[in-house]
Formats: sequence, structure tokens, C-alpha cells
Amino acid sequence: MTVHNLYIFDRNGSCLYYNEWNRKKQAGISKDEEFKLMYGMLFSIRSFVSKISPLDMKDGFLSFQTSKYRLHYYETPSGLRFVMNTDLSVTNARETLQHIYSNLYVEYIVKNPVCVLGQTLDSELFSNRLDAFIRALPYYSPRAA
Amino acid sequence: MVIFSVYVVNKAGGLIYQYDNYVPRAEAEKTFSYPFDLVLKHHDEKVVVSFGQRDGIRVGHALLSINGVDVIGKNTAEGKDILEYLKDPANFPVSIRFGRARLSSNEKLMLASMFHSLFAIGSQLSPEVGSSGIEMLETDMFKIHCFQTLTGIKFILLADPRQSGVDVLLRKIYEIYSDFALKNPFYSLEMPIRCELFDQNLKSALEIAEKAGNFGAGS
Repeated sequence: MTVHNLYIFDRNGSCLYYNEWNRKKQAGISKDEEFKLMYGMLFSIRSFVSKISPLDMKDGFLSFQTSKYRLHYYETPSGLRFVMNTDLSVTNARETLQHIYSNLYVEYIVKNPVCVLGQTLDSELFSNRLDAFIRALPYYSPRAA
Repeated sequence: MVIFSVYVVNKAGGLIYQYDNYVPRAEAEKTFSYPFDLVLKHHDEKVVVSFGQRDGIRVGHALLSINGVDVIGKNTAEGKDILEYLKDPANFPVSIRFGRARLSSNEKLMLASMFHSLFAIGSQLSPEVGSSGIEMLETDMFKIHCFQTLTGIKFILLADPRQSGVDVLLRKIYEIYSDFALKNPFYSLEMPIRCELFDQNLKSALEIAEKAGNFGAGS
């Protein structure tokens, strides 16, 4: 039961924040390329899902899973995208991501007069609170490296 | 508890089989008077709603027919451009049917290839070692399940989110593929599947799975 990593993208595709807790395998490409690939994949998944959907959708794409991990996705109406990779035992992280947005991002970034929206989030308070929140999640358990 | 459709994709990412089991037709026919209060735009050779929502007509819905007569692409059945037609107050009141546009074969081909690539990227971006590609993709209205065989063939199923036993069903479809497509001497590998027995057995397997799914939820 664990959280691997978390990405936050803005509506233009730039990665505002990334942190990892339990990542075993790197993508084999530079971090910048990985962010672009991740954003591109999510953009394509969203357009794929809206075309192939047999019914009109409300929330759209929620998550996907492979044999080893599960990716959870949450997009705010302002175009901010939260992406969290966890292991397979976590079925629904939507509320977690909503909590991260409303209680951490809005509180510590949006309401911070020093933080410029649209640039990488370098608020230490935000990073610490986010880290503490993730570690306090019921499904988080640090694995022995 | 419905299975919407089945797609089979070959090793190269090309669609070789597609079957729509259940296509929900969400359409709305309404009478409009001048001035027309929805904003329409051209998109992919169709006229779609770009802004405005009313009575079951949502953004993204395509214009299907005017006054009961189906439209052809961007023009009415008589060949007049639809947007021009709707700017003329003499044509009102008009009865228009909107709905989700049905996917053309070309669009299905493109979507299958798109999924093939997304499947691979899902495996590349994995934070864990030895991950497969995307096996299940969830949205609020449906789930996409994908089973990749050892030979690289992908069986993709679009189903209701509550449908159970999909893994078993995908293995069953693989079995049907190997029995009625691969063992067919006239079938060439990686080519579109045109085998009647494959179609028949696939349909009955889907029916059984849908009925079994209902029992599971009801009891």
C-alpha cells in the first residue's frame, strides 16, 4: 500500500510540482521529457476517452491501472491537473487529490502573495505540508529501499 | 450492465476487428425559432455544438437531422450549408435533432491506434519495474479493459463500470479468436478478421457475460 509519486501540471502543460516517495524505476529519459510525456499521455487519454465514450461524460477520465501501478487523475475547472501514481491496492484517490487541491494548493500557493501562479511551486511550506499529508495517508507505507 | 464494444488490435497497432454490441442513442429533437440560440461550428466534416446547452443538447453533440431529414456532412440533404441555412429567419421554426455523433470506421481505426500507443506509454512511465501496459482505464461512464496476448494482439473491451468478470471474458474472446480466426485456413495473420464463426461466437460470449453480470449484481 503505497504512493509512488505525484505530479501537478498547469493548463499549459508545464509541470508545477513533482515529488516521489517510493519510485523503483526511472523512466529512462530526463525529467523534463518525462513531464512532457506524462502531460502528453494524459492529454491524449482525455481526448481519446471523449471520442470513444458511448455516453456524455461528466467527470471524464478518472484513473487507469497496469499490472503494477495505478494512475489517478484529477483536473480542476481551472485546468490544474493532479496526477498520482500508487500501487494497485488504492482504488479511489480522487478525494485525496481534491483535498490536496483545496486544502494544500489553494491555501499555501494561491493565497500566497509571493507565489506566481504558472511557475514551478517553490513554497517550502507547501512541500512540507504535502509531504506530511502523503505520509499520513492510510494507504501509505514506506517500503524498505 | 452492458458491454458497449469490442476492438481487436494487431501487433502493429492496426485495428483488425471491431464490434459494437450496444450503442446508446442519446438524441434530442427540438423545435427552434429565430434567433438560433446555440453556437455551432464545423468540426471534422460535421456540424457540432460549440457553446450552449438546452434540454439534453450538450456541447459536442452533432447536428443529425433538420426537419426529419438527415444531414450530409456540413450540408443539408438538399446541399445547402447548414450554418447559412440557420442564419436565414425565413427557414424558422425548424425542428433539429442533435446527438452524440456515431464514430466512422476511420475514426475507430485512429482511436484503436491511439490506444495502442497509450498502452505502451503507460508501461514506459511506470514507477515500478516490470509493468505491463494499461490494462484497465476508468471513467465515470465506462471502463476500458485491455488484454495483451504473448503475440502482441490486444483485445479491448468497452463496458459498463459495474460489469464483472471482464478478465474471464477477455480470455474467452482470445480463445474464440484462436479457434475461429487463427485456425481458419483462409485467414492471414494481422489482417482484418472476416470470419463468420468468429462473429457468431463472439456475440454469444458477450450475451452470456452480460447475463451473468446481471445475476451477480442482482443477488
